[in-house]
Amino acid sequence: MTQNNTFSVHVTAVTQVTPLIKHFILQAADGAPMPAFSGGSHVIVVMKDAARVYRNPYSLLSSPNDLSAYEIAVRRADESRGGSVFLHDQVTVGMALQITHPVNLFQLDKLARKHVLIAGGVGITAIAAQLEDLKIGSAHYELHYCVRGPEHAAFADRLIKQHGDRVRIYHDSANQWLDIEGLVAAQPLGTHLYVCGPTPMIDRVIASARAAGWANSHIHWEHFTAPPVGAPFEVFLKKSQKILNVLPDQSLLDAIEEAGVEAPYLCRGGVCGECKCQVLEVDGTLVHNDHYLSDEEKASGTLIMPCVSRVLGKTLVLDL
Amino acid sequence: MSAVFKTDETFRDDFKYSNSPAAIRRFPLPFSEDKYMYSVNIEPHVPGPIGSVTEFQFDVDEHYIGECRDHDLVLKEDPRRYQALPHMMSAQWDVLELLMDNLSKDYPAQFSLTKQGNRWIWHNQLLGIRDEFTFGDPSTLPREPLDYIARQAQGDLVVMDQRDGDFYLEAGMVTTQADWSLDFDLGMTFKEWHGPVPLAHELHIFDRALKFLLDLRINAPVRRLNWTMTINPRLDTSPEFYPRWGPDRATVTAENVADKAHLRVELQGLWRLPRSNAMLFSVRGYLISLRELATIPKWARRTHRTLRDLHPALADYKGLTRFRDHAVNWLAPLDDGSPTTPGGAPE
Repeated sequence: MTQNNTFSVHVTAVTQVTPLIKHFILQAADGAPMPAFSGGSHVIVVMKDAARVYRNPYSLLSSPNDLSAYEIAVRRADESRGGSVFLHDQVTVGMALQITHPVNLFQLDKLARKHVLIAGGVGITAIAAQLEDLKIGSAHYELHYCVRGPEHAAFADRLIKQHGDRVRIYHDSANQWLDIEGLVAAQPLGTHLYVCGPTPMIDRVIASARAAGWANSHIHWEHFTAPPVGAPFEVFLKKSQKILNVLPDQSLLDAIEEAGVEAPYLCRGGVCGECKCQVLEVDGTLVHNDHYLSDEEKASGTLIMPCVSRVLGKTLVLDL
Repeated sequence: MSAVFKTDETFRDDFKYSNSPAAIRRFPLPFSEDKYMYSVNIEPHVPGPIGSVTEFQFDVDEHYIGECRDHDLVLKEDPRRYQALPHMMSAQWDVLELLMDNLSKDYPAQFSLTKQGNRWIWHNQLLGIRDEFTFGDPSTLPREPLDYIARQAQGDLVVMDQRDGDFYLEAGMVTTQADWSLDFDLGMTFKEWHGPVPLAHELHIFDRALKFLLDLRINAPVRRLNWTMTINPRLDTSPEFYPRWGPDRATVTAENVADKAHLRVELQGLWRLPRSNAMLFSVRGYLISLRELATIPKWARRTHRTLRDLHPALADYKGLTRFRDHAVNWLAPLDDGSPTTPGGAPE
């Protein structure tokens, strides 16, 4: 249980900032400074209700230069596993939550001469703290922030106040569209590109940059897909000799942990590779929702990332 | 910590250096069994037994003052033993904070740190240093933050930046090294830096170690032990000054091996740094003569067997070949063939 050491924080403010997004301020109970972190980091918030334990990753959007509090913003996702609904409906000022120390899987490249950051919707939460790190540096940077309409632009005023004309905002409702192809084609050598947003947006940014001749080392993205809801299935853990049932709104990793089996994990979002499991047998089809395994590994049918992937069928046997 | 800090030790010229009986008993023998081969022997850097070298994150022992003096002597003559590329400044502050926080918490009689917001006061009693500075503003310290704090720590500190799924060695102070050079390796990737190590590449040790380190988290440091042997208790066995110490190997005889040949153990620690997301790698060296080592009967038996059976490629890489036979022959009469208990601790 030590591998993701958590600590306790208190919720000191909750604000509905858009129709779908709530903003939470988290502080140490004794008022001590929060642990330092770098822009692009996330924490795992561990929540318990009567029935279940939720472990959801959320980006830290507060400034790494102000450790008096952490800020996270949570988009309500009714169709997913329930962690965001729990935060929206159950968590109020004064409550204690457990969080892990920050982890950064989306860090800025310190040698970049220019940083171009693209955020879609709640994806801004992964980028806001990066902007704070960039503000005190010497490299050029610019933010392109795409939202459905003004009422969805959760942090637009604050970003413009902090970063002025380095911020461009695009409203779908006003028919303002970011010209991704034009943007990546126009950048000087030595620019790094960062994107966080809906999957189709990320895919399009990556494809555009590659088509324009960008090196992979200069393209960075954060892909925190909420694990999709699926059909229930049965799992047999061979080493532990345990049988468990994965519920429709539960991830395979959650079910493994609930059965008391300690499995390694880090991001819980299908990107880091930490929880990779060996599949011994499957009666059904593996549904790979991760961004870690290669196409060949996915096709091999021998590996699965239990944090986001599941089985369409009856049973799965894992080497755990 | 009840160590009596020695004030007049030297690691060159007259070599005034020895281990007290207490320092011998806490020596980190790197041989957990009667033989040695490379492995990814990494474990969480959690507190070890009271009084052991892993009781605290950074070990300060009776040799502290002499070792810090030796840092200064090396740097005065060869300033390139400290280097930091410009983009490593946030990592430099990370290292300074990590060292000051831990030293002042674990050794309150020797070090103290007072924080009033970003205004910090640092007091190092052992070296007679007291400075007031603004955290984050390098102009308020007498030297760059890493240069400043590394001179006040035993062992070497190296910082790696993470980019593109790799680590780049881009800052450090290296004056107590077992024959490698910061100046030569600066800017290298993790595997380039480890290029000269024999056998380990074929065992895919560096592939696995790199993957492991890329996932290393804040507040979850790890450690491992490495070892070699050094003739005379000399900290600075650097490629830069090879002509000064290389010939020492040819001075070892059957008569003087017990006092000249030292087992050199490196306690290596790795910390994910929070502000920079960089990686700190510390190499803390411990030196013990064969005569001191052999005061623990288990260690004499185990070290005899380990040196006798060491793979020739490892013996060559570690530079033991010229004097290994003398060392093995001196230890042999102390090995009665009886079994040794597992692990490195004295029986």
